[in-house]
Amino acid sequence: MIEVEHLTKRYAGQTAVNDLSFTVGRGEIVGFLGPNGAGKTTTMRILACFLPATTGTARVAGFDVFSQSLEVRRRLGYMPESTPLYAEMRVGEFLRYRAALRGLDSARARRRLGEVLELCSLREVERKIIGHLSKGYRQRVGLADALLHEPELLILDEPTIGLDPEQIRQVRDLIRALGEKHTVLLSTHILPEVEAACSRVIIVNRGRIAAQGTPAELVRQSRAANEIRVEAQVGADEGLAALRGVSGVTGVRVSGANGDWNVFLVEPAVESDPRAGIHQLASAQGWSLRELSRRTPSLEEVFVRIIHSDSGEGVVR
Amino acid sequence: MKTLFVLLGRELRGLIYSPIAAVVFCLFLALTGLNFYLILTAFTRSQTPITLVEAFFNTTIFWYSFLAIFPLLTMRLYAEEFRQGTFELLQTAPVRDWQIVAAKFLGAYLFAVALWVPTLLYFAIYAWITREQAAPALGAYLGSYLLVALMIAFFVSIGCFASALTRNQIVAAIVSYVLIAFFFYIGLLGFTMVNLSPALRELVNYFSSAEHMYEFNRGLLNTRPVVFYLSLALLLQFLTHTVLQARRWRR
Repeated sequence: MIEVEHLTKRYAGQTAVNDLSFTVGRGEIVGFLGPNGAGKTTTMRILACFLPATTGTARVAGFDVFSQSLEVRRRLGYMPESTPLYAEMRVGEFLRYRAALRGLDSARARRRLGEVLELCSLREVERKIIGHLSKGYRQRVGLADALLHEPELLILDEPTIGLDPEQIRQVRDLIRALGEKHTVLLSTHILPEVEAACSRVIIVNRGRIAAQGTPAELVRQSRAANEIRVEAQVGADEGLAALRGVSGVTGVRVSGANGDWNVFLVEPAVESDPRAGIHQLASAQGWSLRELSRRTPSLEEVFVRIIHSDSGEGVVR
Repeated sequence: MKTLFVLLGRELRGLIYSPIAAVVFCLFLALTGLNFYLILTAFTRSQTPITLVEAFFNTTIFWYSFLAIFPLLTMRLYAEEFRQGTFELLQTAPVRDWQIVAAKFLGAYLFAVALWVPTLLYFAIYAWITREQAAPALGAYLGSYLLVALMIAFFVSIGCFASALTRNQIVAAIVSYVLIAFFFYIGLLGFTMVNLSPALRELVNYFSSAEHMYEFNRGLLNTRPVVFYLSLALLLQFLTHTVLQARRWRR
């Protein structure tokens, strides 16, 4: 559905997107993550035909976003960051205008208007002036606008920013429901949202892809985040040396001591679990063991680690 | 074509609902009404060689009220959409940039032309009460209103262009006011500077809105100003289109 190849966008003096390549398949819900200024909005704007890329190509549904931009725009529902809307128009009036602009005939426009009002729970504000609506409602008007013409692809830039937790839950459920019929690319800062809604995650940093995969894959791949905590009654130096010898262990450090108990943090190799080996070591050496646990990190921790190590800020991955 | 009408409909609605439109409309009608009243008063006091139509389209009040509306009318066209971010909605919908340019121009143009419709009433009422025509022939009305329509196209285009340059409405209004005033005062040089060389005078008169008005008021339909205003309006619309495309690259 989306094919991006070696996409680069330079603004005066800085590179916002740097040789980015990725694909999104039909029916996927892909979360686009990254710190502020990572190039998410720029990439989405290029895909929505709002900005031209400096170099590289991007295709949506097989059409080039630059040379066949009108074809792309017909197939695309795009909700820009901070949902700009005509403040002086009424909700229904605005949506009817947008439907006409997309070339929907009047029968289809009427049917779709009813459907999106229902889907986005906007029935009760249909006659209200957009400028008088709360942020949550405005956000949903933007979403309704993006959905009007039943686009094959939805691009949503920060669809839940500024919403309260209940509204976030509603929008997330809505996006998940949309994923059954549409392909969705959404950007966000809120990680639990991604874990709940997205089938795949692309993490971008400094205009490049730092990592991608399903949320579960990313968590599994993150070595440091899968640290094993071992608390044993053994001297620090002796423990360190012995633990390093266990297969599947790439690093060990001491994180604290309680009397003659020492706490070791063991970093396993990717996709390996040396806990059984550690237990065998402890019983062979006759150590008393009172903790042997592996923490499954949240996506948030994985994200933070990936961004930090990618930015070269000294945290080992 | 259908897309163009949808865009135009939204432009017109936006103009009509905006408070600026109401202010412009009232201001304009008050000034032209005052203009008409003052001319009639002057006419009843003394004999003049000029017709009522000529007088109406040549007073200072006429020019000020005529020229002052354009910055007000056009300043928000693009600038407001840039500031609100709604231009992103427009440029990511299946709409070509030239359709946006055309719709914005036509919206402002039709509104500005509509402002002039009530002034026809002044002359109708005059003819009804005095049983005299305000001009010797129909051509004088035709010429005057045709020239007004042409000049509106040009001045609205200046406003469109200025508005497309910035996201600040005030800046847009000032830029278009300066451009319009600059253009108009150059045209006045032919009247104000006595010792202008004949060649220069001819050149200046070619630009002169006041001079064009003087011809058309008497029913003299010269094609030069027609071509002049239309080609300049077209050029400015083309420049506006270029500015929009440049904005995509610059951001």
